[in-house]
Amino acid sequence: MPEKNSAWECLELIRNKNRPTAIDYIPLIFGEFIELHGDRHFGDDKAIRGGIASFEGVPVTVICQVKGRNLSENKNTNFAMPHPEGYRKAMRLASQAEKFHRPVICFVDTPGAFCGVDAEKRGQGEAIAQSLYLFSKLKTPVVSVILGEGGSGGALALAVCDRLAMLENAVYSVISPRGAASILWKDAAREKDAAEVLKITAADCKSFGIIENIIAEPAGGAQNSPEETSENITAFLSETLRELAKLPADELLRARYNKFRKIGVYSE
Amino acid sequence: MALENLFSLVKERWKTPAGAVAPEAPVNNENPAEKPRDVPVPKQPTTFKCPRCMQVTPADVYAANLKVCPACNYHGRMGARERLNIFADAGTFSEFDKGMTSLNPIDFPGYDEKMGALREKTGLVDAIITGTASIHSIPFVIGVMDSNFMMASMGSVVGEKITRAFEYAESHGLPLVMFTASGGARMQEGIISLMQMAKTSAAAAKLSEAGELFISVLTDPTTGGVEASFASLGDIIIAEPKVLIGFAGRRVIEGTIKQHLPEDFQSAEFQLEHGFVDIITERKAMRKTIRHILRLHGYRGDKNA
Repeated sequence: MPEKNSAWECLELIRNKNRPTAIDYIPLIFGEFIELHGDRHFGDDKAIRGGIASFEGVPVTVICQVKGRNLSENKNTNFAMPHPEGYRKAMRLASQAEKFHRPVICFVDTPGAFCGVDAEKRGQGEAIAQSLYLFSKLKTPVVSVILGEGGSGGALALAVCDRLAMLENAVYSVISPRGAASILWKDAAREKDAAEVLKITAADCKSFGIIENIIAEPAGGAQNSPEETSENITAFLSETLRELAKLPADELLRARYNKFRKIGVYSE
Repeated sequence: MALENLFSLVKERWKTPAGAVAPEAPVNNENPAEKPRDVPVPKQPTTFKCPRCMQVTPADVYAANLKVCPACNYHGRMGARERLNIFADAGTFSEFDKGMTSLNPIDFPGYDEKMGALREKTGLVDAIITGTASIHSIPFVIGVMDSNFMMASMGSVVGEKITRAFEYAESHGLPLVMFTASGGARMQEGIISLMQMAKTSAAAAKLSEAGELFISVLTDPTTGGVEASFASLGDIIIAEPKVLIGFAGRRVIEGTIKQHLPEDFQSAEFQLEHGFVDIITERKAMRKTIRHILRLHGYRGDKNA
């Protein structure tokens, strides 16, 4: 097996414009995706998209954060930085999935929730908090996959789940390495150092017990073969959903609670 | 005890020594005799400059006013012990998890030293104190975050203590009152600190499903990962006047939009106007307001006596 990439190498890979996004994977993984729009309160956030699809013949709800591949796409998707209405759309779709007993599959790929005046006015913090709350007690299986960037609370809002996986080169971090560098050394340019200090790679997250699986990417990164990557994602989802389907709802919820309950490092 | 009596009592307590802010009692100091320290302890400032109206007030006047700016009513930051002293019935606080300390899960450079220095300086073990107390004899579970300790950022200890407080309230059928203050998740604990947002929110959800009341009291400042988790999940959300409440840092947003934000942006009043806070309550009325809310939810004194 080739050597694992450093955090910085991962960041370079996932910021590559050619890295496939959820929108590239969905047709390769699912049949008949029907996109559903809007949070029913304010608007339709383009940074979080979702809908109903079939996975191996079974209906599922898919919710994903979507980066653009060029400037105009990124203007449309706000560089995958959701506003509160994005999280509220995700919650609406998740509740709908619960009602119709569909598993929920989330694809996470965001630098973080958007930091802006309107986002604050509409309750960015409240929207994320409500997401954490809702997903923690959603009575249907939830599986999340971090495809690229797992940026802080904005990523976590779609990662309160029964099984969390990361693509091999994805990262998951409490703060952007750039943000950490500017706090630590008053020098945002040292993000490369901060990236290593923060321990954000899939292997790090697995070693801390934050994620359950690492999904392999083709040599050189997912962009070299979206097909192969999607096959690996499909294999993970297939096995995981089959396993979760066996659990009664109360057991599923207890296990989900305990999965997060045990995370923390302290002495007494 | 009548409300007036309580506050004159509190004022009395604060008059010693010479009107200075009462130093916080050490949380877990087994050897209080070992007082002489090598490290220089900074002197208490003699004045308070209000970050909102810039008015300078003598420290003793500010302290006697419960750390509220007499000019503009900004409700200033308060240590967790101070807060307990003015909020809970005297002598009723019983602390949970006194000795719980953070380790350094991601080997973050300088974290152990920073924690050590802060423990020495503040007398706190970490950024929150939790336990049971009562207010007008009504028992409840309480958590008070303390911004003097690493801006009350949430790492493993804060997350675990909050979660245990929620679980205790759930298993004992008690209401929970949480005084929040935080700069957000604790970067020094990396991804493990992010998970505390999910852990505490899930615990809040369990308490809610059990039908118990959770009152969240937002104090200065409640931001980032704490605002974006349990702090925003109160059945009733109270804020103190003029405190800072928000998700993103002001400078981050100003950097994005390349312009200055209005003064009241992310204030308690801003949040009330936008629908994210139920009530703005002055510190001196907090006991009365919360007692009232507890009683309206059927909580009575001597429940567990």
